Amino acid sequence: MGEFKVHRVRFFDYMPTAIRAMAFNAHTERLALGRMDGSVEIFNFADHYFQEKVIPGKDSRSIEALCWVGGRLFSAGLNGEITEYDLENLRPKYSLEAYGGPIWTITSNSQGAHLAIGCEDGTVKLFEVLEESIQFERNLDRQKGRIISLSWHPSGTQIAAGMMDMIRVFDVPTGRAVQRLLVDRGFGGSKSRETVVWSVVFLSDCTIISGDSAGKVQVWDGHTGTLVKTHLVTKWDVLALSVSKDESSVVVGTSEGTVIQFQFIAPTLQQQQDKEWVRTRTFKNHTHDVRALAEIETAIVSGGMDTQLVVRPLLEKFDERSHASALRKIQFPHRNLVFCAKKAGLLLFQFPGQLELWRLGESDGHGKPGDSLPLKRKPEKLLHLKRKGEDHICCSALSSCGGWLAYSTMSSVRLYRLQTDNNDISITKVPKLPKILRSAHQLCFSSDSSKLFAASSQSSVLVIALSQSECKYVHTLKPKSGSRQPIHLMTNSVDGKWLATANSDCEIHVYNVQKLKLHCIVPVYGSCPSAMGIHPTTNNLTMVHADQQIFEYSIVEKQYTDWSRKLQKQGLHNLWLDRDTPVTHVTFNPKNPEQILLHDMHMFCIIDQSLPLPDQKTQFYNQMTLRSLSEQERPSHLHAFKICKTFQDLLSVSLLDDQSLVMVERPLLAITSQLPAPVRQKKFAT
Amino acid sequence: MATLFEGFTLCGLVQTQSASDSAIQGIELDGDSDHAVVTDSTRAVTLYKVSDQKPLGSWTVKQGQLLTCPAVFNFQTNEYVVVSDNKVIRVWKEEDLHLDKAFKATVSADVWRVHSAPGGEPVVLFQRGAVRLLDSLLSAPQQPIEDILSEEEKEVIRWSTNIVAEKQHFVLFTTEQKGEHFLYVQRLNPNTLQKYRLEREDSRAPPLSFSASLRDKHINLLYLYPNGCVYQSVVAVQGPVGLEGVQALPRSLRLRLPVGEGELGAASAVALDEAHVAVVGMPHPSARTGKDFLCIWNTNFQTLQADKEMVGRICGQVGILRIVWCYLGKLFVPHGKALSVIPYECQKSSLASALGKLRHPGIAVSKSSVAIPSWNTLLHGDQPQGPTKIVDSRKSVLTVVHLQPFQTGPVEEVRREVEALVSRGDAQDLQLSVGRLACQLVARSQVETAFYAPGALARLVKTQCLCHSMCPDLLLLALEHKDYFLCQLCLQLFPDIPEVVTCACLKTFIGNEVLQTPYSDNLLVPHLKDLNAPQVILFLQYLQFIYLKYSQDVYTQTPVLRSPTMTQIIDWVCLLLDAHFTVLVMAPDAKGLLSNLQSFVKSQVKLFSELGKIEGSLQELHKMKPSKDISQYSIEVIELF
Repeated sequence: MGEFKVHRVRFFDYMPTAIRAMAFNAHTERLALGRMDGSVEIFNFADHYFQEKVIPGKDSRSIEALCWVGGRLFSAGLNGEITEYDLENLRPKYSLEAYGGPIWTITSNSQGAHLAIGCEDGTVKLFEVLEESIQFERNLDRQKGRIISLSWHPSGTQIAAGMMDMIRVFDVPTGRAVQRLLVDRGFGGSKSRETVVWSVVFLSDCTIISGDSAGKVQVWDGHTGTLVKTHLVTKWDVLALSVSKDESSVVVGTSEGTVIQFQFIAPTLQQQQDKEWVRTRTFKNHTHDVRALAEIETAIVSGGMDTQLVVRPLLEKFDERSHASALRKIQFPHRNLVFCAKKAGLLLFQFPGQLELWRLGESDGHGKPGDSLPLKRKPEKLLHLKRKGEDHICCSALSSCGGWLAYSTMSSVRLYRLQTDNNDISITKVPKLPKILRSAHQLCFSSDSSKLFAASSQSSVLVIALSQSECKYVHTLKPKSGSRQPIHLMTNSVDGKWLATANSDCEIHVYNVQKLKLHCIVPVYGSCPSAMGIHPTTNNLTMVHADQQIFEYSIVEKQYTDWSRKLQKQGLHNLWLDRDTPVTHVTFNPKNPEQILLHDMHMFCIIDQSLPLPDQKTQFYNQMTLRSLSEQERPSHLHAFKICKTFQDLLSVSLLDDQSLVMVERPLLAITSQLPAPVRQKKFAT
Repeated sequence: MATLFEGFTLCGLVQTQSASDSAIQGIELDGDSDHAVVTDSTRAVTLYKVSDQKPLGSWTVKQGQLLTCPAVFNFQTNEYVVVSDNKVIRVWKEEDLHLDKAFKATVSADVWRVHSAPGGEPVVLFQRGAVRLLDSLLSAPQQPIEDILSEEEKEVIRWSTNIVAEKQHFVLFTTEQKGEHFLYVQRLNPNTLQKYRLEREDSRAPPLSFSASLRDKHINLLYLYPNGCVYQSVVAVQGPVGLEGVQALPRSLRLRLPVGEGELGAASAVALDEAHVAVVGMPHPSARTGKDFLCIWNTNFQTLQADKEMVGRICGQVGILRIVWCYLGKLFVPHGKALSVIPYECQKSSLASALGKLRHPGIAVSKSSVAIPSWNTLLHGDQPQGPTKIVDSRKSVLTVVHLQPFQTGPVEEVRREVEALVSRGDAQDLQLSVGRLACQLVARSQVETAFYAPGALARLVKTQCLCHSMCPDLLLLALEHKDYFLCQLCLQLFPDIPEVVTCACLKTFIGNEVLQTPYSDNLLVPHLKDLNAPQVILFLQYLQFIYLKYSQDVYTQTPVLRSPTMTQIIDWVCLLLDAHFTVLVMAPDAKGLLSNLQSFVKSQVKLFSELGKIEGSLQELHKMKPSKDISQYSIEVIELF
């Protein structure tokens, strides 16, 4: 197949922020995840845990807790506000000051009619959920000391509130505190420190389970207010609790990074009636605080300070080993943060707070495969562009010539003209952008840099014409489907004729940019596209979906290509389907039209369409074998999927016009090393 | 191990005006073990029933009068004795209602304390150091009282106590004079007085508390300094009589308590037994300062065994402080606004099982289930079943077992009876009866030299209900009779054989079994020194033999029960060499053995150094691997096929 020169880039200091809260919507199978920087991510658990939406953060926003009411998502934070999110426009719909000081927790009753929040000033406030908003209803009896955690009894008539050194049970109709459960302090030196009840759950049988800063999980009888059982599970804090839907299992997250399961079971086989809460399993998938937890039907989902989202399947719920029964760690976003100017050899890195523009280095001469080439010029950081305002950057784009740069936050779009003159770079902000261009979910430049496409609300795309002197609004491309969902992928053809968009409804629209009208809709497939690209010569649209399926669609003929049909007929290799990170980039090799380049977090793949497709019996990962074979033997062993795993923790792969590859790696070890030190744990013989 | 149990409040305390003053002058026992005589700091004496926390009687002197010494109980006449206004001795019985109407006598000198103890007559200690028996004093109250301590030198009594040994009666008191502290030991009948000078502490601070106890015909004086040092001095009961002048009192440091920042203010240490000391008024080593704890420390191992936080200020007395009293397994501690009673228990643990090398785990599995019951726990009901049930089971066993044959029957009958008993008793019963029976049989054997029932004893040992501390004479008896089978059984099955007995066994025979008994190095080495050179050489030869045997077929070795492990063998070799090296070096017939061992050690050292080198190389290999790509940027060439 051939040799490639690879720019192995490790200087993108991407740093995800810690996970602070999560809420699972069992009905829609969506997990909402709140991070420390105030951003919210929506994962579709019905579609291979695909990160479907990202609502960018904001400096002043903090999220302490998230809560679903039907399909509506609410958050509350230490800034004292309750926020409802507009999941179609990926922005807060409104924020409401609760006037109770910082808010520690928010939770809805099972009927979905009321929200309760716990405030620093000791009040539990009830809000009525209305059609389009929420309205303050009343306070429950105010307590001394902050309300840290809340849990409604499933009947909705009582609320348990975790506080400092105690748990209160409120009668909701009267607002009176009816029980006071005193929580012991820790032992030894920590005795003088107040115990924070970080989390409570209130079960149907009036059992209350609490987790606190003294490392205890306690089971209480809510009727009598008596302590039933104390499990000391850690020397540090028990931070999060989550109960399964059938209330037979509770999982707790600790500062040590462990998730411990308790199950309501009979301790002996003989006495099946006398059930009690028994500590059963301990999972250690985190290195730091587990701040957020959800026990869903078949798995435990956890996240915390170490920034990764872990889905730990409960193996007893599976009959056989399958894709769904494997442990899954989601460490990287399922979207691009790196943009490459193929002609200019520039890289743009997107951070929430800034953009960085880098010029790649150069090397002398050639080398054998496996060699590192001596550097003639080191890579160079050309630009560090800080965003304006409080809102975090949600998308950005770099034109392939390297002459234009654009980014958008929730409130504004900014466009810059870049001029690189040997070693000098100058940047000019384009002053007057069309008023209609207020914010964008996605941005991209046409390959000749004459147009800027901005994905706007309701899956529409604004077309902006760029020239040296001005930038002008041209047209709004609208889908016929009337989808209200945001566009998460956008790509255009090299010849400047076609633009393809994909939205969270899994719809893919292809527009004719010259005629400024919708060309066709690709038949909707059940899984969300995670990457797509238009072939430079054939104008075939290649799409890879969250379920790892690959489709190739001829835009000109408005139908799937023969190769795509063949692939679907034969089916993808199981080892391909078993991968657990989505493909996030599709690109092509203009010099070799047979080649499609793809990558996910753990591998880089070139699909050679001229070669036979592998069947299930074929050795799928065969590069090592091929290397060991002689030139004559090789052809009989070749297949279309050429997979290279030399590069790991990949954030981006692109092919420059000079045929060299750019691999942007972000080693997980580098992320881990930037985390604060985990709580000290006694290790044997230390 | 020592345990502090949940305490209770005996009575509330009235706060005195002076903050440093205790509200309690003294707590004494009377004839009933459940009674406590509490004298407060002003005018009242109260008799409490401790278990009920109920006052049984209270006696007060008139306003204006002051009790100047704690009330004591005269065990010979069943009367209470107290001193008011330094000179008036009052004596009354429990049924007397008013103290004023009770007998009183005015003496000619100021009284410091009246001391009383079971088995002895009360003694009166005067402030100037003279001592009188109460009876003789009351017969002539105005008799002249000599001065032992000189008025001009300002020598004053700080603390006093009395001790009644078998037939002797002692009054101990300490004095302070110009920063020096002295101990006076006054023997009565015949009267002798010995004066000792206490070693001065570097900080020149006076001792905070004293506690005296009689052990092995020696008076042990335990005293605590503000820097946390607890010293012990020993005075022989039959000490040198008639030595003139002041003798220096040697002391040994038993315990260095962590005092945190600064020094202890009011604190008190009291000896509970040979190994345990209770300390109040000191901060907990791991808690914040500013809180007072009651702690029990093991002085042998310097370990904290039990602790309890005392809420509120620990109350102290002026001068030498007495802020904890200890009677019959209970500690009395006035603190804050209450007088608390805290029961405690110091179990005499087998040192080996507490700290020693335990049995080889493979062997221990089956035996670890053997409870090591002590009579104390069984009788005091420290078992989940509760005390009533145990009493019942005791009765049932005792009624079922006919003790007659064991006491007089011939050996064969005893064996049959034992067999029958063992086969029918349930576990709980068995533990009690087996222990009793074993003790009885051993006692009988010791008395009747002709009687020795090896079969019965072996059967009892095999029940695994016995342990060494239950019947300490059994193993020695077996040794005496050269009953090696029984010895082996004991060594196998007893988890708590003291090191001295292990060595005694060694002297008589060398077996596998001895090597496998648990022990602790420090305690074993002194006893090993008792072995003579030929014994040591023989033992070492034996160890070398089994070592060589094992090292030859180390791979084929199957875990055989009752065979010591390699580690056990090596440990014993080391211990023996530690104990006897100098002797062995001098002994000509040990030369070959030692040189063999030396060559073995040499080869081991060489092996380990080679292993160390390999480890180093492997680590280097390990380091080389990831050093490949750490750069932030590189341009590489890859090839895909």
